[in-house]
Amino acid sequence: MDKENLLEIDNLFVSVDDREILHGLNLAVKPGETNVIFGPNGGGKTTLLMTIMGFPRYKVLSGKIYFKGQDVTEMPVDERARLGIGISFQRPPVVRGVKTRDMVLACLKQDDNDALVNELAERAHMTSFLGRDINSSFSGGEIKRSEMLQLLAQGPDLALLDEPESGVDLENIALIGELINEVLGKTHPIRERSRSGLIISHTGHILDYVNARTGYVLCGGQIICDGDPRDILNTIKEKGYQECVACLKK
Amino acid sequence: MFEEIKIRQEKAKAAEGKKAAIGADIDLTKFESQDTSKPKHVATSSIPQGDRNKILATGVTLDDVSQRSGTFVQIDNAPMHAAVTQDGIEVMATSEALTKYAWLKDYYWKAVAVDADKYTAHVESHNADGYFMRALPGVKSVFPVQACLYLARGKSIQDVHNIIIAEEGSELHIITGCSTAGREPGVHLGISEFFIKKGAKVTFTMIHSWSPETEVRPRTAAIIEQDGLFMSNYVIMRPVHSLQAYPSARCVGENATVRFNSVVVATPGSTIDLGSRAFLNAKGARTEMVARTISTGGDIISRGYIEANEPETKGHLECRGLILGDRGTIHAIPEIKGTRAGVDLSHEAAVGKIAEEEVEYLMARGLTRDESTAAIIRGFLKVDIQGLPAMLNEEMQRAVKSSEKELF
Ligand SMILES: Nc1ncnc2c1ncn2[C@@H]1O[C@H](COP(=O)(O)OP(=O)(O)O)[C@@H](O)[C@H]1O
Ligand SMILES: [Mg+2]
Repeated sequence: MDKENLLEIDNLFVSVDDREILHGLNLAVKPGETNVIFGPNGGGKTTLLMTIMGFPRYKVLSGKIYFKGQDVTEMPVDERARLGIGISFQRPPVVRGVKTRDMVLACLKQDDNDALVNELAERAHMTSFLGRDINSSFSGGEIKRSEMLQLLAQGPDLALLDEPESGVDLENIALIGELINEVLGKTHPIRERSRSGLIISHTGHILDYVNARTGYVLCGGQIICDGDPRDILNTIKEKGYQECVACLKK
Repeated sequence: MFEEIKIRQEKAKAAEGKKAAIGADIDLTKFESQDTSKPKHVATSSIPQGDRNKILATGVTLDDVSQRSGTFVQIDNAPMHAAVTQDGIEVMATSEALTKYAWLKDYYWKAVAVDADKYTAHVESHNADGYFMRALPGVKSVFPVQACLYLARGKSIQDVHNIIIAEEGSELHIITGCSTAGREPGVHLGISEFFIKKGAKVTFTMIHSWSPETEVRPRTAAIIEQDGLFMSNYVIMRPVHSLQAYPSARCVGENATVRFNSVVVATPGSTIDLGSRAFLNAKGARTEMVARTISTGGDIISRGYIEANEPETKGHLECRGLILGDRGTIHAIPEIKGTRAGVDLSHEAAVGKIAEEEVEYLMARGLTRDESTAAIIRGFLKVDIQGLPAMLNEEMQRAVKSSEKELF
């Protein structure tokens, strides 16, 4: 384990419902760094983020996950959250009766702070959703904004963002980009940045708004490629993921 | 008139042994029947502080009544206190109202049948007192009117007979709390008859807080005239030995509306059989019923019945139940019956556990498993009640919150 890394994943094998999805995955994220993961549908991207967050359905068969120098492989999801990992879900559940405001307050670890909740909600254009049941009849874009609002309140050291731009119309994508930059503390000068991000993107649109340092391709349950995110994206755009798969077979 | 009373008494006598259609049978002979007692007219300050605190837990405040348009307190079978602070609102003991208003006999036992079962019969044959509340035509209660029915004497039967009349175009908001002093066995029998006249609105919020040995058999019915609205909200979260109630509303005027909301928690040892029933007997009549039930080990039957007998009627019934823990049952029995073309009735029922996915979603924000579960349960019990005055909504949430602390 490298002390320099905020997150480090060593040779991770993961199964979901008795099916092995990740087959020996390695990855590292340094403090203040944002990386992006590309990959075809079904490649295991969501599985990777859910495993890092620690959801019990995602069973680690072997390998290790280190966060802030601690082995967190067996740590429950809520402890990981409190240790500084946050996630924006691709498809979060509706929780009837639990209001968006309640979720934001939970993320803030406060019982009551309407002023702050309102201020954050305004930034995420979510003010009118605060009194609604979380995720209930939210559109694709509203779900993403709500997830970003919660991360904004939570302020994690490592933000795991699962396709933050999918289902978001072009008008709102800039807003999502802005919110991601806020969550990642990119509004601070580079030297002071300590927050890190791992962003999954199927389309790569988000790169127009958020700077990422390294790009990875996750395919068939492994990281098969890394490099400059824009170069990777261009290759994928030109040749599709077939090229990556072919590359893997070499 | 005397003839009528005689017939009623005979009917009650004949029904003395008549078991209720549903619910466990209670052997009333094992309990002491209480004597009728004249209304006492004492100051609320003379009610012991300990009892006042128990009463407060049901949303009835006796220390500061500035936020209430009227107050009524009955302990066992004796009305203790009746006061009103708003013109056009009446609050008094039923016995006194019957003396004051000769016409009241046209309402007495007119919504609930005196010979429905042995419990209605017992209330009649023991000359039960209770509260009479009335809003005069066009009068709207500024603050809620509150009533408390308190069972103090152990091993006895409390009989209550309430009559509530909202005259044309009036509005009456009522909060009632029912509670008991000790942990000794006891029986509460309560008749409540509601009459909602043309264009009138009644909201009735009832919070029950009994003991593990109490048997409760309320008998409630409402008759709603044209454009009238009856909204009944019921909360029971503390232990009870057995409770069976199936309040019934008849919409007899065009566009009459009835809504029932109930929040029920059955703890281990509690058996609760609760339902709501609506008869849509006029064009445009509507009903909505929402029941949220939780078993933490007790047994719940959650009933609903909507019968639509005229066109352009609409009804929806929702029962959702959560079973927490290893024991406990929830049996949802939603029924809908249409007897004419042009009715629109639907129901949804679900009994389950808390979705693990939802718990984990909250945990991913840093809440512990227990905190997440509690937040989801709190949300489940939070029924959004449209049209209920904010103050009553708060009382209901407060009742839910205060019991919740002991439960989860
Ligand atoms: N709930 C599930 N049950 C069974 N298989 C699943 C489940 N979720 C995902 N998978 C499978 O795991 C593989 C990886 O899925 P996922 O991690 O969602 O990929 P991605 O996010 O890259 O599209 C896919 O083959 C998918 O079908
Ligand atoms: Mg995915």
